[in-house]
Amino acid sequence: MLRDSDRIFTNLYGIHDWTLKGARSRGDWDNTKAILDKGRDWIIDEMKNSGLRGRGGAGFPTGVKWSFMPKTEGPRPHYLVINADEGEPGTCKDREMMRFDPHKLIEGALIASFAIGAHAAYIYIRGEFVREAEHLNHAIDEARAAGLIGPNACGSGWDCEVYVHRGAGAYICGEESALIESLEGKKGQPRLKPPFPAGVGLYGCPTTVNNVESIAVAPTILRRGASWFAGLGKPNNTGTKVFCISGHVNTPCNVEEEMGIPLKELIEKHAGGVRGGWDNLLAIIPGGSSVPMLNKQQCEEVTMDFDALRAMRSGLGTAAVIVMDKSTDLVRGIARLSKFYWHESCGQCTPCREGTGWMARMMQRMITGNAELSEIDLLEEISKQIEGHTICALGDAAAWPVQGLIRTFRPELERRILERQAKTRAA
Amino acid sequence: MSDMTYEPESFAFTPEYLEKAKAFVAKYPAGRQQSAVMPLLDLAQRQEGWVSRAAMEVIATMLDMAPIRVEEVATFYTMYNRKPVGKFHVQVCTNLPCMLRGSDDVVAAAKEALGVGFGDMTKDGLFTLSEVECLGACVNAPMMQINDDYYEDLTAETTKAVLEAFKRGETPKPGPQNGRQFSCPAGGPTSLTELKFEGGKA
Repeated sequence: MLRDSDRIFTNLYGIHDWTLKGARSRGDWDNTKAILDKGRDWIIDEMKNSGLRGRGGAGFPTGVKWSFMPKTEGPRPHYLVINADEGEPGTCKDREMMRFDPHKLIEGALIASFAIGAHAAYIYIRGEFVREAEHLNHAIDEARAAGLIGPNACGSGWDCEVYVHRGAGAYICGEESALIESLEGKKGQPRLKPPFPAGVGLYGCPTTVNNVESIAVAPTILRRGASWFAGLGKPNNTGTKVFCISGHVNTPCNVEEEMGIPLKELIEKHAGGVRGGWDNLLAIIPGGSSVPMLNKQQCEEVTMDFDALRAMRSGLGTAAVIVMDKSTDLVRGIARLSKFYWHESCGQCTPCREGTGWMARMMQRMITGNAELSEIDLLEEISKQIEGHTICALGDAAAWPVQGLIRTFRPELERRILERQAKTRAA
Repeated sequence: MSDMTYEPESFAFTPEYLEKAKAFVAKYPAGRQQSAVMPLLDLAQRQEGWVSRAAMEVIATMLDMAPIRVEEVATFYTMYNRKPVGKFHVQVCTNLPCMLRGSDDVVAAAKEALGVGFGDMTKDGLFTLSEVECLGACVNAPMMQINDDYYEDLTAETTKAVLEAFKRGETPKPGPQNGRQFSCPAGGPTSLTELKFEGGKA
């Protein structure tokens, strides 16, 4: 188990003072200038060596992403954009980091901005997080008044402003190019890639978009060294991660643990175990609503990291673990997710705009078995016509839970249909 | 045509909100004032309770945008109310993690306590009840948002208690309604027990 001394988010539960004074007592803003003085190349190399993979879901190496930015600033300014549009069902980690450890994020924003040559960082926070945005704004004001950000930040000679931009309730803005559109004052509809944001991002300028957690861990990694972070977790899946454990467990919670912790151990150590005992487990969605669920057998074997979950045809995603015991109406659960993606489809690509509605309506009928057996295949076919045929990954995210359900629990769908047909015949 | 009689003739930001609006515009590079459309729509909603056509037109002029571009934004994002809502906007999450922890009970309790269904406002204009998608407090499920605050770890009883308190003109304490420390496991932490800090308690 991870030792407390290796945990980064030391105020995860909001027990301590979240303002600058408290943050400093926990080691934030401790000689940040020394880190900046080592220079851009050192910072990016150190981030690469730490093995940190982006914490927003895709798992792309953060240091490599930073290295994609132009080395020198041309006529177009560079921007850092921090994705705090946390909206993936099951995920509630960035919220805690922003309200209880806001200075980790702001210090990270300064370091990342410096590393990519940006003088401005925008934190795009979901609109519903009103109190969290207030904490961030307060922390920004404190940091600016203390000379930690703003002109000549930390005495480094680098000017860097950090701004908070509140969203207004659109899940799709968690997709980086939709987020950029939204930040420009438009509908949040994803852009075609390429060009990638590092070339053409915010206002057509070179932009790096990172998740809150990826940025907030950067100062600690650089202070303690890449080898410290790389020594935690597993090869290619290094470091620590904040897991959100929700659903049918005895004590739902957020907890920071080592990457690669066995899923069963994570749940039993921190979430009080599955409600009614491990044998009462039906299925787990291991990484937020967009990744396929695992059955009990898989849950017993899998470790919580990008590669192990991918090997089981699921994913670590945002590390939001949604636990479902045997009392769960699994079909209704997945139907609810289908309704969510239907609601959140931005309407730009036809397969997603139309297909998510078809899937949601069919899933609604599957709850009561009001369907033909052949419609299970039809449902899967629709999901495959969405998957991979849209500009952004929302289409894939809508397709996968349905595919996961069919793959893992097809007999349950068949049982409901056959039972209903038998009842209809009897009547 | 739907009933538009609630649309006011005109809109103007109060001097206080106008100052705030200018501060928002200043956060973005020169010539990129359109970026401020979301914060300005939010300000208009905070002032009026919802976003009227007149407000959108004022914002379009302020930001040098075509009015249709403002309306596109105001209708794309679910947080902008395009018609009046109650003084307290009660938004209940029914997405999967909340469903698993009993959001059905919360929905039933809220409907009973307020006497309205989803999308409806109470006759006294105090409450509007809405069903919303995931609000990102899943380990504190089930939950609801009332205006700017989250009420978490709800049961049918605590849902009713919170809403009755609002009816009496009180503002119940936001956060977990079962006494738990935010997202810490109920019954006490399983981590972060060994460290001591000088910063003191929150």
